[in-house]
Amino acid sequence: MWLGERVIHARALTKTYGDFTAVAGIDFDVQPGESFGILGPNGAGKSTTMRMLGATLQRSSGDLRILDHDPVSDGPLIRAHLGVVPQEDNLDTELTVAENIYTYGRYFGLKRGYLRGRVDDLLAFAQLEDKRDAKVDDLSGGMKRRLTIARGLVNEPTILLLDEPTTGLDPQARHVLWDRLFRLKETGVTLVITTHHMDEAEQLCDRLVVMDRARIVAEGSPADLIRRYSTREVVEVRFGSDRNAEVATQLEGIGERREVLADRILVYTDTGEADLEHIVGRGFMPVTSLVRRSSLEDVFLHLTGRSLADE
Amino acid sequence: MTIATRIDAPVGIHGPRRGAWHVAEYRLRNMWKWRSAIISFGIGHPVLYLASIGLGVGLLVDTSSGGVDGVPYLVFLGPALLATAALQGGGDETMFPTLAGFLWNKLFYSMRATSLTGAQIADGVLLAAGFRVLFTTLTYWLVLAIFGAVSWSTAPSLVALGLLAGLAWGAVMLAATSFVKHEDGFLSLVGRLIVMPMFLFSGTFYPLDALPLAIRWVGWISPLWHATELGRWLSYGLALPWWQLAISVIYLLALAVGGLLIGRRQFERRLTS
Repeated sequence: MWLGERVIHARALTKTYGDFTAVAGIDFDVQPGESFGILGPNGAGKSTTMRMLGATLQRSSGDLRILDHDPVSDGPLIRAHLGVVPQEDNLDTELTVAENIYTYGRYFGLKRGYLRGRVDDLLAFAQLEDKRDAKVDDLSGGMKRRLTIARGLVNEPTILLLDEPTTGLDPQARHVLWDRLFRLKETGVTLVITTHHMDEAEQLCDRLVVMDRARIVAEGSPADLIRRYSTREVVEVRFGSDRNAEVATQLEGIGERREVLADRILVYTDTGEADLEHIVGRGFMPVTSLVRRSSLEDVFLHLTGRSLADE
Repeated sequence: MTIATRIDAPVGIHGPRRGAWHVAEYRLRNMWKWRSAIISFGIGHPVLYLASIGLGVGLLVDTSSGGVDGVPYLVFLGPALLATAALQGGGDETMFPTLAGFLWNKLFYSMRATSLTGAQIADGVLLAAGFRVLFTTLTYWLVLAIFGAVSWSTAPSLVALGLLAGLAWGAVMLAATSFVKHEDGFLSLVGRLIVMPMFLFSGTFYPLDALPLAIRWVGWISPLWHATELGRWLSYGLALPWWQLAISVIYLLALAVGGLLIGRRQFERRLTS
């Protein structure tokens, strides 16, 4: 089978563990050079999907082609062209920063001479040149992540798989990492990213699927999904956690629809400022109020009835 | 940069055969960091045992009964100690890396994300253990020769025997450890219930015949006893029927091959589920 312009092709991809279905028949394709996201709460099946894409977990049923090969029969060949950044940094703490990249390259059978130059390039890319001889344990969380990414790039992969790349990092470290990933994307590497941070998905992904309870519930570009599943703007009003539900019942007719969360009411509308005035006009004075653009968070809330942040 | 949508030529990536060597290379690099411990243990262990038991106990045995098997006690003990060191080296270098790889630092999982297979990782760990056994056995043999416990001409045969015994026990421990899901108690279980009795009841310090028949079976199933008997045959010509020699060699070979096959399968399973 010739895939044409697809580096990943999944049809009815399923993984079950006994009675438990971790991934329930999902379909998607990834184009070369694309930055593809899998967005969903913890337990949605993202990491299981990632491990199948990484050719380290066998599917239970369905079709999966990666770089035009079947991971069941051609696992090592496929993995030779993948870079993997797992959720937990599994760096070798007995080795230095540079040795981690070098040793990992040797696992692929890459030549020593090639690796010496490659290690330098990757240390520069990861902005870790001055940490070259440091032990892994002495690195900050953001540095470890960058080292894990650099290590994953040692074999010049066609596809880089990133599982929750910035979870647990502080905002500054996240931005540094995003910048590195942008640069990578510019070189033509296909990125597949799982995340439960909607801002990350918006920042990094050309196209994404939203997963919930083992299934794909929506697919499109971030802007596309927002257009389809949400309104242009959202009014967030807070009346105190004991009053939100009660006030919400009296906001009938304002905006297209409303969602009541534990701590706030969300009013979906294309005219935020005007609707906020309507709310105040009806005699409800919110403790705080905010008019903002819709985000993927709203899309997720609409599709699943749950907030990503609650998970 | 051109974008490949299919794999045309995996440039610079090894095929299925070389992977084990790359894992072994990593393991040896790691052992190199522990070289002072490995070297001092490699020399200290035989020197201490030979000086205390070989010479000390040996003096008692030799003066009271004129040695064992018709040779001085030191000569009787030498091959057993060499076999013990070989087994221990082989076991340590598969058990600890396997526990680390699956449980402590989960290194096997990052190896498995590369083009390596589970079987190659298992092969590589055992291969590196083989190098360690070779070093340990050579060192041991050298100390034995200096003490006069073995003759200089026994070097090739005793070192080869040490390698076989170390690989056999290494493969057994590789397979056993690859099933360990929680470390609690595994190390002390192995140490107290398996290694220690094996050391004591394998005819190491006295011939197995000296034990009551009821516990002699510990020796019969112990790879250490088989290696020790073979060592004594090679070293001072202990009289053994040909079939016992054959059984001992086959037993050690079977443990090495069987352990590796089980280990390979379990590594592969564990790293793909």
